[in-house]
Amino acid sequence: MTDSLLSGPEPDPAGDAGHTGAPPRVGFFTDTSVCIGCKACEVACKEWNALPEDGLTLTGMSYDNTAGLGASTWRHVAFIEQSTPHPPVPAPEGRTVLPLAGDADQSAGGDLRWLMSSDVCKHCTHAACLDVCPTGSLFRTEFGTVVVQEDICNGCGYCVPACPYGVIEQRPSDGRAFKCTLCYDRLGAGQEPACAKACPTESIQFGPLDELRERAALRVDQLHAAGVDRARLYGHDPADGVGGDGAFFLLLDEPEVYGLPPDPQVTTRDLPAMWKHAGAAALSLVGGFTLSFALPAVLRGRGRR
Amino acid sequence: MTRPDRPGDRRARRSRKGEELMVPRAEFESYYGRPIIKAPSWSARDIAGYFFLGGLAGAGSVLAAGAQLTGRTTLATGMKVSSLAAVSLSTAALVHDLGRPARFGNMLRVIKPTSPMSVGSWLLSGYGPAAGVAAVCAIGGRLPRAGAAATAAAGALGPAVATYTAVLAADTAVPAWHGAHRELPYLFAASATAAASGMALVLAPPGETAPVRCAAVLAAAADAAATRAAKRRLGMVAETYREGRAGRLLHGAELLLGAGAVTAALAARRSRAAAVAAGLALLAGSACTRFGVFAAGIASAEDPAYTVVPQRATKEPSGGPGPGPDPATARPDGRETPQSTD
Repeated sequence: MTDSLLSGPEPDPAGDAGHTGAPPRVGFFTDTSVCIGCKACEVACKEWNALPEDGLTLTGMSYDNTAGLGASTWRHVAFIEQSTPHPPVPAPEGRTVLPLAGDADQSAGGDLRWLMSSDVCKHCTHAACLDVCPTGSLFRTEFGTVVVQEDICNGCGYCVPACPYGVIEQRPSDGRAFKCTLCYDRLGAGQEPACAKACPTESIQFGPLDELRERAALRVDQLHAAGVDRARLYGHDPADGVGGDGAFFLLLDEPEVYGLPPDPQVTTRDLPAMWKHAGAAALSLVGGFTLSFALPAVLRGRGRR
Repeated sequence: MTRPDRPGDRRARRSRKGEELMVPRAEFESYYGRPIIKAPSWSARDIAGYFFLGGLAGAGSVLAAGAQLTGRTTLATGMKVSSLAAVSLSTAALVHDLGRPARFGNMLRVIKPTSPMSVGSWLLSGYGPAAGVAAVCAIGGRLPRAGAAATAAAGALGPAVATYTAVLAADTAVPAWHGAHRELPYLFAASATAAASGMALVLAPPGETAPVRCAAVLAAAADAAATRAAKRRLGMVAETYREGRAGRLLHGAELLLGAGAVTAALAARRSRAAAVAAGLALLAGSACTRFGVFAAGIASAEDPAYTVVPQRATKEPSGGPGPGPDPATARPDGRETPQSTD
């Protein structure tokens, strides 16, 4: 347990977890600027992973009736309606824009815009859920992703409040914790995850993380050049509070607008300090009782004299 | 979608003693007001109850060891039995709270220093049997040497059992817990001492409780000081310690601990009834502290403001803009911005 493995940049999480000869770390780059809110990712994820139904209610939150990530929702498309004049978002390089999509009414901007974003487990470099799991059920795969072993999880629920993104959750009907596995089974067979496979606009891109980061940097530069000033990458930086995310995003507004924390931290970063304080507190408890036993004896002794 | 900070005005009105919040609530944006992190699904009865019982057991074992060393046999036996009962109930509560109680054995599948729950499981698996042997030997009056060794072992592990639960709570993304990760262990140590002192005042004759009365006063003072320090550290998140269920519980804890300590110091030597009353007040006060801290954590997890506003403050210490060139503070574009209503 060294500090370098608890927080800060960590180039090879799979290697540090004991995998030798691991394949390159993979992840998702979700470019929300091309998301059309079709929810194919949600459906593909549900189907491939055989996730149970978890609510068929209308939330009143725009077209979002999924509400958020959870035990049985591993991809979640957020819909945000904004009345903001905004510059048009250009299509990615090399993409043909069909006449309908290039319609003047839609591309010229206007007073309304819809932000749509497909959220997913971030597969953090420093994953708090994995750190705090007492059974070893959560583990780091050879692909650098974070997966729950359902045959081990005993439903202690510690990972749930540990996650700075509010991703992992216990399924009420089952008791155990569930989250996105980045389709560990498909990765093992050389396939891309179901959500990325199903995404019709390549908003969800899967691949080696280094490659995705390069691609994302180009795309955000392209957007800035086109005047989309508020475009920014989220979770791409290995120096951030979780050591960078395995699944990172291009957002068109502040992270909290999408329900993402603006500056997430892996809490185990502070664990050495917490253990020190707990040790000092334990000693002060002993000290308090020692004093309590000594003081009356001393006072009584004085009284006799 | 941005939305006005609805709970803000309610909160200002509900603040205790009708005082106005001195600092206006910072503006923040959220996704339809939904929480960002997920609150633990732990039940308050099981987990806050465990925080209390674990403290009672752990600190009680230290008190029992001290009483044994100084020849206070009734006190020593009483605290050993109380610690065994408390740690047994604790274990039951912890197993009951699991999503898969039948798999409680998996807690000892690995040893993980990065998981306070793993550390705690191993700690309890060492402490529990020691507390058990100490209590059984004290009641049966047999195997005095084994009893003494077990008393010493339980006394040595007790302080860790009483304080590690603070790390357990603080090592989460829950703002009211993690933000106070430096202070919570001291608060839990104080609260545990109060509980054990309370139990001792109930169980032991006044002739043996001079150290206990002293410990009760120290514990009440330390509890108040640690709570104050935690609130100061937490800044705007400290609202969760002052308002709602948590606010009522922590206020109650302050009153009960204060009354218990004063009664213990002034009247418990002469009157057995006063000692029992003081002891019960201290026990109740300790429980209120644990349930209050637990409730504050849940409240802080359920409101995105407590996640977003402090993270914004650390990310932009000068209050300047984020990564985008458009300052978050000024929105000339006339978009729907959240209104601080207090």
